[in-house]
Amino acid sequence: MEHSLQGDVCAYQQLLVLLTVAIRNAVRGRARAAGIDAEDVVQEVLLALHLKRSTWVRGTPVARWLAAIARNKIVDALRRRGHRVEVPVETVLETLWIDEVENEGQAHDLERALTKLNERQREVVRAVSLEGHSAQEVATRLQMTEVAVRVTLHRGLRALAATFRAVPNED
Amino acid sequence: MKTEELIRALAADGSQPVRPIGHTLWRALATGALLSTALFLLLLHPRLDIGRAISTVRFDFKLLVVACLAVASAIFLGYVALPASSARQRWLLYLAPVLLAGGVVIELATTPAASWSERLIGHNAVHCLSLIPLLALPSLACLFFALRRAAPLRPPLAGATAGLMSGGVGGVLYALTCPDDSPLFVATWYTIAIGMVATGSAFGGGRWLRW
Repeated sequence: MEHSLQGDVCAYQQLLVLLTVAIRNAVRGRARAAGIDAEDVVQEVLLALHLKRSTWVRGTPVARWLAAIARNKIVDALRRRGHRVEVPVETVLETLWIDEVENEGQAHDLERALTKLNERQREVVRAVSLEGHSAQEVATRLQMTEVAVRVTLHRGLRALAATFRAVPNED
Repeated sequence: MKTEELIRALAADGSQPVRPIGHTLWRALATGALLSTALFLLLLHPRLDIGRAISTVRFDFKLLVVACLAVASAIFLGYVALPASSARQRWLLYLAPVLLAGGVVIELATTPAASWSERLIGHNAVHCLSLIPLLALPSLACLFFALRRAAPLRPPLAGATAGLMSGGVGGVLYALTCPDDSPLFVATWYTIAIGMVATGSAFGGGRWLRW
């Protein structure tokens, strides 16, 4: 975690992969009970922990911090889609037959959110996420400076998180 | 979008070192207090008899109470801004109200009842109610700006705390120019003024500090 906050991309990526497993475990049961696609919530939590990573205090347990952020986002997600909580029986039935592996890692909310970004941001986020290019490569391909790519990527991610917030509360 | 794709994008965005939120908050506190002071110097001035006032118990007590509030809520803010930290030293927040209550009791005990209403109403209640929020604004703006990077689990509470802190700063500054030193005046008008700031920023917190 400490290395990740110093700007070590490799350490950070490894950390995110590790934390994703933990987040999935925390989210799966709760999301399923509410009939929500767990992976959507997982991605929402990941985005939040990324944007709020400066709030982890050095030397304190990462797990507790992660749990606090995850809980906040899970509650948000459940509340936002609260109307679906009313049909638990059907969803439970459905989920009985869903193949766990098939749906692993694929989600839709973020895809929808991507369409709300401006073109540049979408291009950069896609290039970095799909093809895993470094900021440098993306910069060359899109004829932008490396700094501009970084800034656009960061703004794009923040905008993604904001689209989740923008959905009006049902209650 | 696949989660592994998202992770790639997030990792790529993590190539710069992150400044711990504590630094951001301290900076905002300092900048805000400075800006509020600048506004004070621009609009107002310390009361002319400040040299004499500073040696009176009432004037010092008034400053002590509002300064206490500002410091306590600044410390508390460091906890409510973070998702995983339990507030210690919570009792500090009660210090200013308890001090003030004590001051009021002593004032009532030592002054004749006939002078109470005059002490309570003072000269400048309207000034107090308008200038404290005004002087608090720069500090409040800086704090909100910093808090948007934080992750408060209860945004309205974080907002209210920022309001108390800024109200405290506004109170300290206003106290320097305000000619009314009686704890009766402070307990009434300062409390209302700072309470307005805190209430407003609690709503602001709910609105702008969600994440």
